[in-house]
Amino acid sequence: MSKLPQLTISGIAQAVELSERVHWIGAMDPSLRNFDIILKTANGTTYNAYLVRGSEGVAIVDTVKENFSNDFFERLESVASYDEIKVIVLNHLEPDHTGALPELMRRAPQARVYISQKAQSMLKALLKQDEFDFTSVLTGDKVSLGDRTLEFFHTPYLHWPDTQCTYLQEEQTLFSGDVFGCHFCDARLFNDEVGDFRFSFEYYYAHIMRPFKDYVNKALDLLEPLALINILPAHGPLLRDQPKKYVQRYRELSSSVLQSEIGAGEKTLLIFYISSYGNTRRMALAIYEGAMEIEHVRVSLYDLEGSEVAPFVDLIEGADGIVFGTPTINGDAVKPVWDLLSSLAVINLKTKVGGVFGSYGWTGEGVKMVEDRLRGLKLRVPIPGIRIKLIPTEEEIESCREFGQHLAQELLGLRQPRVIDMADLA
Amino acid sequence: MAKATIIFEDIDVTVTAPAGTRLIEISEKVGSGIVYGCREGECGTCITKVTEGWNNLTEPSVLEDKILRENMAGKHNRLACQAQVLGGVIKVKPV
Ligand SMILES: Cc1cc2nc3c(=O)[nH]c(=O)nc-3n(C[C@H](O)[C@H](O)[C@H](O)COP(=O)(O)O)c2cc1C
Ligand code: FES
Ligand SMILES: [Fe+2]
Ligand SMILES: [Fe+2]
Repeated sequence: MSKLPQLTISGIAQAVELSERVHWIGAMDPSLRNFDIILKTANGTTYNAYLVRGSEGVAIVDTVKENFSNDFFERLESVASYDEIKVIVLNHLEPDHTGALPELMRRAPQARVYISQKAQSMLKALLKQDEFDFTSVLTGDKVSLGDRTLEFFHTPYLHWPDTQCTYLQEEQTLFSGDVFGCHFCDARLFNDEVGDFRFSFEYYYAHIMRPFKDYVNKALDLLEPLALINILPAHGPLLRDQPKKYVQRYRELSSSVLQSEIGAGEKTLLIFYISSYGNTRRMALAIYEGAMEIEHVRVSLYDLEGSEVAPFVDLIEGADGIVFGTPTINGDAVKPVWDLLSSLAVINLKTKVGGVFGSYGWTGEGVKMVEDRLRGLKLRVPIPGIRIKLIPTEEEIESCREFGQHLAQELLGLRQPRVIDMADLA
Repeated sequence: MAKATIIFEDIDVTVTAPAGTRLIEISEKVGSGIVYGCREGECGTCITKVTEGWNNLTEPSVLEDKILRENMAGKHNRLACQAQVLGGVIKVKPV
């Protein structure tokens, strides 16, 4: 059996030595089951905070959730005194890592806070106090602790706008914040000692990092070249065994799910619909046919009633355009459409093209509501949606075909330059 | 009423809109790639490059300047949710 790190002595929390100069001073939260509303965890989490000792001062990297402050301060006190603290680094400002910050600043008023440039305005909203000093840093900025140096890497949106990673050069150790973290609480702490946390690692990525795949890839460009002996994330196991594997796994997870058959220069358009009496379905088919007339666009048609939500989310992630067909029922678009739309927060939709259509009886507001939602989700909606009263006529079916053609052309950037008067856009 | 001509370079669309209209209102109507988050000049999602007609937009406020700086926006960038068109010709595109 492996030796457990000694987390407490006579009821007092103790720091865990990671190297001569680096200690873990975080906290265990084994009973947590739900995190940030959107995540579950079957065995709690840890809030990992770290202390780095240089010849000219001590740095604290991140703190803990407020109600775990005691453990944090006891662990800190077990290896350093407050007047030694020169630097406080916050890799992002979420309360699970900044909960003990106000108290830490009271106890170590001489310490200087280092945050990313994007964190400035958030810090105020978080601490509710205006006048205190901090240094905002970007990639390449460094702070010296004498014989130890911290270097900052700006890794925005992983998963907050202000996220950064901090690299301890002399020990080739990366304090990665939530990046490479997971909700998994195990007193054995190290990835080569704890229970099987692979699921938690993947699950954390899927819910927290996946929406920002493009940013993950950019961050990996910065982090991959680093020599790494340890990755020390802000939650879950400390990655001292084969840390590069986790970096590599992030790269894999941030690449496309399936090898797609779509060729270079080809675009994909997905049409989703749902229909009670077949009217919205007729429209869907006409749009499908219209779009297929345009070369270099691969069009697919899906009935929302035929699948769970998750596979559609995967499909949408890889598509260039998405179109939704919904009837208006009781003054709204229907629930399967909203269910899918409310599941898209885990993927990046920016730069995708959206469109909406549907049959209605007397008010027809469903189409407009979904259009607004698509814009809210940061799709661009270049062609006004089509609403058709009850059963579509031949003429109306023709307008659906054109709608499909235009959307397909839009994807290819083929539409003629247009001149529009704002007044003509309802 | 005075009108401005706004050209969205990413989608090749030219729109005439009354003076005082915010860029984001026009952009969302025509489906340009300029998208929004807060719509209140706080998040920086709507940062837009103005390639022509900078002076045909209202001046950025102190707050807008601060958000642009914080997001490390380059020169000639504006927040589409804050900039209102004044007249003349304005060319924009997503950053
Ligand atoms: C996983 C996660 C994602 C978030 N995403 C956003 C976001 O996209 N936009 C935003 O304005 N705030 C975002 N926030 C910040 C929360 O809205 C903020 O922390 C808020 O104060 C939480 O309110 P509550 O205490 O009522 O839960 C996010 C927070 C978390 C934990
Ligand atoms: S939409 Fe947030 S700053 Fe413009
Ligand atoms: Fe976080
Ligand atoms: Fe966290």
